Amino acid sequence: MQERVHEKLSILADAAKYDVSCASSGSDRKNTNKGLGNAHPGMGICHSYTPDGRCVSLLKILLTNHCIYDCAYCVSRKSNDIKRAAFTVQEVVDLTINFYRRNYIEGLFLSSGIFKDPDFTMERMVRIAKDLRTIHRFNGYIHLKAIPGASDELMREAGMYADRLSVNLELPTEEGLKLLAPEKKRADMIQPMNYLKNEIIRLEDERKVLKKVPIFVPAGQSTQVIVGAGRETDKDIVHMASRFYQQFRLKRVYYSGYVPISNDARLPGLGQQVPMMRENRLYQADWLMRFYGFNAQELLDDANPHLDTEIDPKLSWALRNLHFFPIDINTADKMLIARIPGIGMNSVNKIIAARSFSALGWDQLQQMGVQLNRAKYFITCKKGAMVKKDYTSEQIRRQILNQSHSKYLKLHSPQLSLF
Amino acid sequence: MDIYLYDGSFEGYLSAVFEVYKKGGVIRKENTFIPDMFARTFGVQTDLEKADRVWSGLSKKLSADGLHQYFSAFLSELDNIEDQLLNYTRHIFENQASVERDFGNAFVLFVAQTARKVHREKHRMEAFVRFQLTKDDIYFSLVSPDYNVLPLIIRHFKDRYADQRWMIYDRARNYGIYYDLEKVDTVWMEMDKQEGIWDEKELDYQALWQTYYKGANIAGRVNRKLQLQHMPKRYWKYLPELR
Ligand code: SF4
Repeated sequence: MQERVHEKLSILADAAKYDVSCASSGSDRKNTNKGLGNAHPGMGICHSYTPDGRCVSLLKILLTNHCIYDCAYCVSRKSNDIKRAAFTVQEVVDLTINFYRRNYIEGLFLSSGIFKDPDFTMERMVRIAKDLRTIHRFNGYIHLKAIPGASDELMREAGMYADRLSVNLELPTEEGLKLLAPEKKRADMIQPMNYLKNEIIRLEDERKVLKKVPIFVPAGQSTQVIVGAGRETDKDIVHMASRFYQQFRLKRVYYSGYVPISNDARLPGLGQQVPMMRENRLYQADWLMRFYGFNAQELLDDANPHLDTEIDPKLSWALRNLHFFPIDINTADKMLIARIPGIGMNSVNKIIAARSFSALGWDQLQQMGVQLNRAKYFITCKKGAMVKKDYTSEQIRRQILNQSHSKYLKLHSPQLSLF
Repeated sequence: MDIYLYDGSFEGYLSAVFEVYKKGGVIRKENTFIPDMFARTFGVQTDLEKADRVWSGLSKKLSADGLHQYFSAFLSELDNIEDQLLNYTRHIFENQASVERDFGNAFVLFVAQTARKVHREKHRMEAFVRFQLTKDDIYFSLVSPDYNVLPLIIRHFKDRYADQRWMIYDRARNYGIYYDLEKVDTVWMEMDKQEGIWDEKELDYQALWQTYYKGANIAGRVNRKLQLQHMPKRYWKYLPELR
């Protein structure tokens, strides 16, 4: 019995791991019934890290890897010759509760291959969430990956028990989807997203006038796109993300560098590198849009369809827009300071607070965590400018690259590694 | 120079501040203090009333957040933390307006940064505590955090695990916190053999967790440096997935 569960767990965790989202934040489910667990409104907790450096926060598994579809980029596709397995509802519930009680996880992230049809699959996933909430009084985090094409009724029920629902777009463009997952339609993905958005807005409005409105996906909805499977540019991806943030009020868009799993001619073959740097730059761009007041057009346009891999998107933007600088640290607007390379939001807040006591100089900026070796080209403080000469973009770029290059080398030298 | 020795508790420290504030002198923990030939030493009695007066004085000047930072910085147990906090305290009382966010001042910044480090350790404990179920139905965890953060994690664990009895024991400082389904108490115990005390299913779940951990890793993306950055080796000994 135990052995069989081990085998299932190993197969169904392995198949689920390509879904990168591990967020367990944004919900605020309190443990008011003296039951088990709660979900944090702020930062979620990463309970462990796998050797690939990724956060383990949720028990992330598939209900089954049986699937009637044949998406080229997916290990669970019908034509793939792999071991198949399926959990029972009770097995998933039992694992979740027992892992949670030992403080291994923040909750459950359940997704599934499609067996029989979308509703049949979705119904079982919803039942797991329902059992956890009602029978086990579980208040931990539950993320369900909605099955494209599932009925509104099931989506509604899922929303009552889950903290977050996601519908993965999988491919950033419709052409990509046609090429790699011809059985899937973009419309089937948009439909549940739209339903969720409208339902969330409707209940928000109700909440303004009514006292008791049921909780409904408190952590909102998110989506994921695979990067580097098709031929899309960074501009395609980031502009798509920006559109979806607005249209469907998504909480997050996740970018997943394609991990080659076959030698299908439509895709990067086995042994090809996972585009991790590209993925990382996309997250930085996404971050700049969500927290630093940048819009997609500023970061990528037809003249610059790809993010620079050598330097981060903020620095890259600054170098294209030198006329914005220098910015005076002691007087400039908060959101302008946030645009300076080498200054993160943490330092921005410190600067804004501290400068009301006295004008700030270089030492203090450094103390507050500003990376002066980058920022110095773009700022003035009470002592004037640190860099007297007017450098061109290209010169600044090269100087910064030289510094960070040596830093990069240092970090990677074997003597410093902790092994 | 006059040196005032206190018992290591927060109340003891505040009592020492009460003594030293006007007279001058430095505050040291009595158990880690290295005698100095040229200084006079005095013992400070922990006096809840005096401690309370200092604390309510601070409460008038600091926000709830600021008070929490003050306490957190104290829990760092850094060698010079008493000096830093005392200087910070003087800076607080010498100014009319709140100096809590005067990060241009070295003491303010030091306390804020230290509090942040302690907070990070608190967060790590919330992440890396691993409970093992004992035969008598207590979820038990050993830890040895860098800073003395158990007082800071009580709320989190009490809220989350409201329906199970649990104990978290700080092996380095030799005390623990125990929740009995009602309240949390401080406890001390002898650490001897641990065999035979676990629930019969305990090892099964640890093994399942190891299986899960292995399955969740993507070999093509290996990045040990990143893993270590988030989860330094010193925490590994208590994590079943890394055994
Ligand atoms: S439908 Fe989902 S599980 Fe099935 S092959 Fe496509 S991506 Fe994979």
